[in-house]
Amino acid sequence: MDFQLPDYNVWQMLPEIVLFVWALAVIVFDLGTKRKTGSAVGYFAMLGLVVSGIALAIVGHGRGFGNMFFNDSLAVFFKVIFLGAAFMTIGSSFGITKEKIVNHRGEYFGLLLFSTVGMMFLASASELITLYIGLELTTIPLFVLAAFFKDDKKSVEAGIKYLVVGALSSAFLLYGLSFLYGLTGTTDILQMRFNLAAGQLSTGGDIGVILIVAIIALLAGVGFKLALPPFHQWVPDVYEGAPTPITAFLSVGSKAAGLVAFIKIFVLGLYAYYEPFMAPNDWGMLTGALAVGAMILGNVVAIRQKNIKRMLAYSSIAHAGYIMIGMLSMNELGLASVGFYMFGYLFTNMGAFALIAHFEDKTGSCEIKDYAGLSKSSPFAAMSLTIFLLSLTGIPPLVGFFGKYYVFAAAIKLAGSGPGYDWIYWIVGVALITSVIALYYYANVIRTMYFIKNDAPVKLVFSAPALSMVVIGLIGVFLVGLNPEPFIQFASGIPFTAGFILP
Amino acid sequence: MVEQASVGVPFWILSVIVLVSGFMVVSLKNIFHCALFLIFCLTGVAGIFVLLNAEFLAAAQVLIYVGAVCTLMIFAIMLTSNMTSKKIIQTNHNAMVAFFGCMIFTVSVVAMLWITTRDGIWHMATELLPENNVLVIGQLLMTKFVVPFEVVSIVLLAAMIGAIVLARGEKA
Repeated sequence: MDFQLPDYNVWQMLPEIVLFVWALAVIVFDLGTKRKTGSAVGYFAMLGLVVSGIALAIVGHGRGFGNMFFNDSLAVFFKVIFLGAAFMTIGSSFGITKEKIVNHRGEYFGLLLFSTVGMMFLASASELITLYIGLELTTIPLFVLAAFFKDDKKSVEAGIKYLVVGALSSAFLLYGLSFLYGLTGTTDILQMRFNLAAGQLSTGGDIGVILIVAIIALLAGVGFKLALPPFHQWVPDVYEGAPTPITAFLSVGSKAAGLVAFIKIFVLGLYAYYEPFMAPNDWGMLTGALAVGAMILGNVVAIRQKNIKRMLAYSSIAHAGYIMIGMLSMNELGLASVGFYMFGYLFTNMGAFALIAHFEDKTGSCEIKDYAGLSKSSPFAAMSLTIFLLSLTGIPPLVGFFGKYYVFAAAIKLAGSGPGYDWIYWIVGVALITSVIALYYYANVIRTMYFIKNDAPVKLVFSAPALSMVVIGLIGVFLVGLNPEPFIQFASGIPFTAGFILP
Repeated sequence: MVEQASVGVPFWILSVIVLVSGFMVVSLKNIFHCALFLIFCLTGVAGIFVLLNAEFLAAAQVLIYVGAVCTLMIFAIMLTSNMTSKKIIQTNHNAMVAFFGCMIFTVSVVAMLWITTRDGIWHMATELLPENNVLVIGQLLMTKFVVPFEVVSIVLLAAMIGAIVLARGEKA
């Protein structure tokens, strides 16, 4: 037998390995202490995320396992987002683990860490099989987590809906990936890109309609993760029914995972095809149409929502649309702006959901009308929620404004780069108008908190973890908003990933 | 050296088996019969794998899907009370919408197949297959594709833990 062992370089995988082992340790810790751990197991899980983050910083950039595992700028940037999202999710879960899921605290946190490990593998994947399996590892624990309140019909409904739609979309993704493999004869994303550009295809250089069908299938698969219309139908029900911290994780972590898959497949893998076979204009119009659909549908339907989780579900659909505007250009500026947008969205949305989760723990309600009078009884909570919602709208100097600003700037720069791009101005115009619509429904919550009288308003007494998550969110919103430079620098590394530098 | 894959009478017979039993799975009213037809469908797919000289895939298909998945499914159906005698309806009020959605995708796939075969641009692989498929697959799994191979084990572990959490009866 003669075969060469690749240079494994396991060291590169240290953050993932640490987190995986830690997830097992969390489960065993909970069992070993006879499930009487209180909040300790949650703090233990958070510590694991911190340790994994430190490992990520030590390992830095590099690659391992032949060319199968890349720690490039894209991977590192998004791993930071995944770890941050998981950290804040666990931080806002202490309320429900104290009362509602006493028996399964270890499994709850363990599955959350498993899902994070999957996202990290996804971010490092350099070929299609790892990418697909990373996406599966991200999603499968989330099916269970969405249905974690077994006695709650809505939670079970959320779990089943997420499972069915998730399985279907994952099948579509796999189908599309199989076309790509059949066409290019390789699963390696960079090799695939090279083969497409050089015309080394199983069809003898002729792409035909195969790629179009593949793109439809891939969009269905990735659009599900991103909550992008027309693949968004699961979003409102699942967001409403799932435990609130899990909703937060779905809206930030899972969306970022979908974004990574989108960047890897479309920008790194299929980017080359658009020169000879499909003009940038056509590509831009496809993403532009998706963006317009998402922004209009998300923002308009959100107006009518009475439940704040449902409202934020539609708002997250709208934000997927803003992200797609950044993907219009698919150049350095576009990728960096999308990364920065996601970074800001992490703090804003996780902060808002931390407050909502805490409010739900105290009152058992997610209805917007129950927030009436909150400004009188707990001014800090009302003020923080106001700040988060304003940041989601995109009011300066909060981080949401700069996220939107950079995304729009990338699109407008493309529009100014040559004739034939005028339609981009229309898309940005739609984005601006829908942002104003968004202000209406976000402001409705603020109005309820400040101006509607309530005879018996709820007084929120913050527990330490809930308070710290809100404070971290606030710090992020202000720090990144007032001082975006270093974070823009961090994000601007994304385009210079393996896919752009290496052949 | 293995012969090139060929398309002939066996392929068409297997295709008819797969398609008809697949349609039965999603249309019959008795869930037990659905599970039995699923076995037919998956066995037919295994047969097609054999025709394509992918013996390992065929064996895995029979062992895993027919042997494990379908058997488990039948167990689950039989252990659920009153499940076998119940009439189930496999469609709801969204059936027409779903039908049109599926038709759009089906038409695009069929059109793609039709165009590519008409132009004769979708070639079968021309390289000779290695004599020992399984050996090569095993080597690749432990060298080049070791990352996904190992991550799959984490996926299985996570799925198992999740299933136990959901299925476990809670003490009152």
